[in-house]
Amino acid sequence: MRSKTLPYLVLLLLLAIDFSLATLLEPTASDWGRRAGADLLAVLLGDARRIFASHFFIKADVYFHAGYYPSIFDLEARPKDSSHMAGDDDGHDEERCEKNMQFMGRPTDWIERFGRNFFATQHEHLSGGREREILPWLRVSASLDPHRVDTYTVAAYWLRRTLGKPNEAEAFLREGLRANPDSYEILYELGCVYYESYKDVARARNIWQLAFEKLELQKGKKDEDELAKFYHDILLRLARLEEDQGNYALAADYLEQIINRDVAPNPDVLRQQIIELRQKAASKK
Amino acid sequence: MNKVVALAGVVIKELYRRKDVYVLFVLTALITLVIGSAKFFNDPKIVRYLVEICLLLIWVSAIVIAVGTAARQIPAECENRTIFPLLAKPVTRGQVIVGKFLGCWLACGITLVAFYLFLAIVRGSREQYWPLLHYFQALWLQWMCLGVIVAMVLFGSLIFSAPSANATICVIVIVGILLLGRHLNVVAFRQPKPLDLIVYSIYFFIPHLEWYDVRDMLVHDQPLINWLAILGATIYAAVYTATFLLLAWLRFRRKPLNA
Repeated sequence: MRSKTLPYLVLLLLLAIDFSLATLLEPTASDWGRRAGADLLAVLLGDARRIFASHFFIKADVYFHAGYYPSIFDLEARPKDSSHMAGDDDGHDEERCEKNMQFMGRPTDWIERFGRNFFATQHEHLSGGREREILPWLRVSASLDPHRVDTYTVAAYWLRRTLGKPNEAEAFLREGLRANPDSYEILYELGCVYYESYKDVARARNIWQLAFEKLELQKGKKDEDELAKFYHDILLRLARLEEDQGNYALAADYLEQIINRDVAPNPDVLRQQIIELRQKAASKK
Repeated sequence: MNKVVALAGVVIKELYRRKDVYVLFVLTALITLVIGSAKFFNDPKIVRYLVEICLLLIWVSAIVIAVGTAARQIPAECENRTIFPLLAKPVTRGQVIVGKFLGCWLACGITLVAFYLFLAIVRGSREQYWPLLHYFQALWLQWMCLGVIVAMVLFGSLIFSAPSANATICVIVIVGILLLGRHLNVVAFRQPKPLDLIVYSIYFFIPHLEWYDVRDMLVHDQPLINWLAILGATIYAAVYTATFLLLAWLRFRRKPLNA
């Protein structure tokens, strides 16, 4: 009788131990699982994550050009930065991009000539909402390298401008800001979301001013040309904002700062605008 | 001709009795559907990334099926000694080669139809867009490419000692051509003499399988490929297929079968 019940009793004991251990270890295990999930890519790929992130960012660029893109054998033709993908308010510089993307010379032989029937040979950019197709690759790139600022600004640019998704743009930019708290680029783009999409002037002004402060901290640390572009963009944005709000004197001050810092591509136009703004400010008084 | 068709029928039956195709199809479908279930920025209309991944899986699966099937055809017949009753039918060695090729190639074609049907359904359900002629062109070119691959692997199976060695070498060559074939002339120009001449000769010598990889055209919604170019590519593939089959036959007709 005893020998028959003993295995069942042992089984019951083991089940009780299993249950106790599960209740004891579950919180620790789930916490470890959460951390492992977040760091899994870091553990698996190490610094190679950045290479993959860069690859996926380029993939987004390939999509933006509808497959017409220089290969690794035409490296000199590859865009040096992401400004052609987004960033300028008047759309990206089509002419400059068109010139850069003339990497495909005359075919050297019949194989090359015939082969061109089977891949994209016309330079074009996605338009009419099809820009959404670049977003998955930017999302993946950001997951792999959260410190690559371009990823957030390019995605947010298209989300807010063409796809009408300012909430998603803001969320993505805030995610980028958490990983890059000193990024004036992300703050600049966030300001655009608040100003253009939400029409929240006060918050946009604060964010652009913060972006300006962060930009000042980068002086001497980053490439002067890149800083100059953002000095120009942020100050111009602030000037336009103040002009829209009727603060003409303040707007003129911002434009003067652009001229004083020698970052204006066309200072004569700005000088004329300053005169007009000063006149408006005087007549307002 | 009947004998060739009968041999091809056996190969096709063998393919659908094996589990490789089903496993690869289910894997492709599963991976595509799982990746397709991901949402990016709450935008359900994003589809090109899914088409790209699905097409990549189709290409990988098709190459695995083509190489795997073709590589073991003749070695398996020799190993199991079924080649002797086969050749005693009477079936000539040339008919064996052509029959095996036709079977593998048709089997690849049937598989491709299933894969592209799945792709069309996935894309159509997502963006209600049915570029049927684009699918046809992509499928046709890929099938032509697989024809060259099958013929090349059949020839390889008569040269290399084991199907595994043949499959490995062929996959390396195929992937190499697909990745570098288009750029080999550029590479050649950057080499010192006489290496440039050697590389440039290789460029003209290899079958340019990369022409048949029109995934980017499909993904990026490019216009239809010129039908004359499709015809040219078909003739080019037919010439290379015939060349490999002829080489295979030349090798096979003098090959001792009991070795």
